[in-house]
Amino acid sequence: MDVTENTIQHIASLAKLTFDPEEKEVFAKQLDNIVDMVEKLNQLDTTDIPGTYHGIGLENIYREDKAEKGTKREALLQNAPSVKDGMIEVPAMLGNGEEDAE
Amino acid sequence: MNFLDMTIEDLHEKLVNQDITATQLIEHVYEEIEKTDGDIGAFLTLTKEEALKKAQELDQTGIDSNNVLSGIPIAIKDNIITEGVRTTAASKMLEHFIPIYNATVMDKVEQKDMIPVGKLNMDEFAMGGSTENSAFQVTRNPWDLSKVPGGSSGGSAAAVAAGQVPVALGTDTGGSIRQPAAFTGIVGMKPTYGRVSRNGLIAFASSLDQIGPLTRKVKDNALVLNAISGEDPKDSTSYAGGNEDFTADLEKGVKGLKIGVPKEYLQEDAIDAGILSAVKQAIETFKSLGAIVEEVTLPNSEYGVAAYYILSSSEAASNLQRFDGIRYGYRAEGVQNLEELYVKTRTEGFGSEVKRRILLGTYSLSAGSYDAHFKKAAQARTMIHRDFAHVFTDYDLILGPTTTTTAYNLGGKVENPLAMYLADVLTVPINLAGLPAMSIPCGFSEGLPVGMQLIGKHFDEKTIYRAGYTFEQATDFHTKKAPFAGGEEA
Repeated sequence: MDVTENTIQHIASLAKLTFDPEEKEVFAKQLDNIVDMVEKLNQLDTTDIPGTYHGIGLENIYREDKAEKGTKREALLQNAPSVKDGMIEVPAMLGNGEEDAE
Repeated sequence: MNFLDMTIEDLHEKLVNQDITATQLIEHVYEEIEKTDGDIGAFLTLTKEEALKKAQELDQTGIDSNNVLSGIPIAIKDNIITEGVRTTAASKMLEHFIPIYNATVMDKVEQKDMIPVGKLNMDEFAMGGSTENSAFQVTRNPWDLSKVPGGSSGGSAAAVAAGQVPVALGTDTGGSIRQPAAFTGIVGMKPTYGRVSRNGLIAFASSLDQIGPLTRKVKDNALVLNAISGEDPKDSTSYAGGNEDFTADLEKGVKGLKIGVPKEYLQEDAIDAGILSAVKQAIETFKSLGAIVEEVTLPNSEYGVAAYYILSSSEAASNLQRFDGIRYGYRAEGVQNLEELYVKTRTEGFGSEVKRRILLGTYSLSAGSYDAHFKKAAQARTMIHRDFAHVFTDYDLILGPTTTTTAYNLGGKVENPLAMYLADVLTVPINLAGLPAMSIPCGFSEGLPVGMQLIGKHFDEKTIYRAGYTFEQATDFHTKKAPFAGGEEA
């Protein structure tokens, strides 16, 4: 078994997710099956084959470096879950918030 | 009046002759939705007030007789953002999200005076093949309410097949337009990657995603692609080629057209007998119409699902990092610090399938498995690409079934994600190669519709439409209606 509950724990922390023990067990089993399936690719000889990372060979398009009208700040803030004094409000960045004296 | 019996051109004629007004047409759409959507569950949001206002304006200015789409109602998959209209991607993460701008395709349909009537259900963030991954509701197949409508554009397909709207927009990352179109007996086009702007499409896998139309008839589909395609400075991957008329070649027939049928797409152990027999009959029809149909091979297509799930999940894991609870969308309560805010927001906001894809993508990209998984999948993608290119040096089109089975029971595959993934074997290679492909009705198996996939060269949607239209005119599968929409059992 390639994917264990420890693997799930590790990649979940990279992906900023958390799972309870029962979920971890289910996801580990499912992901292990899926990884087994994708390892079918090992049968392919890909020596000297370059990777394809784009839909088709389209070139990137650049516009002229000229200032354009942006989006209104007030409009952007409409969807923010919490706004204070025209800024997006978030919890304390460090620690458990205890030092966040107001 | 029944939309299922009418093409966009028929409706246009009625509007121009003032047999009906745009307002009456829109009122009729909402009557149909009210009557049927309790059973079907296609719509997440209705925009009746805005739609009626737009129809009244059109009635005052008059329908433009040179614009066949003027006043035609359209419904929109809920991962395409609509200014001022809630857009959820069927996720709790975006349950209350109201976009402040339009996707480019929305600007385009509105420039053509089409009338958006509402937003359609889907698998959360377009991940899934049955629409059962929606955080909000189940959508049912109008051919049999105990069956899935397919996915992820299941709401789009069900709304068209049930006769609620004449056209819907969907999105296709690995088959999400073609498979639901096949499951519900309608026409669904995934255009060439780059043909339609992705600006304002909530990203799933950016190198694979494309927006396309779902309709009852081939010509309707081409008319709508005319409206939504084109270069867009806001999507640097959009195609700079000229604005084509996709209906231009419809009447040209298929005489002399060379169609390849991959032997991998007719494997008896992998594909239901009822599907194979319908597709084989379609091959005979094409031959009788003068096409040259021959067996070809796509030897690496069996690696398509593996490569697709690694690449699409890796791109998804990256794209979905933006959902962090800060600037928009769901935010978890009762957290102590920023790290907790991220983790709790994402854990509570995403559904199981989305988490599974994020895990697979993060795993594939993580140190230790990047070369064995991500890089290997990108190389397999090149080989799949080359297989198609090789066939297209000798053939104009590739033909095969769209799906391995007909629509299955609701709940039938939810416990087994791997089985759900493997069912995508016939559609994902096309996305990996960036090619255009359309599913059209080609028969029935035990009363359920069967779809056939026509795959074209890059930016050659015209030949796909031409062959699809010729087949449609020669057969009557497209005239059959779902029993729920008043049709007889097939």
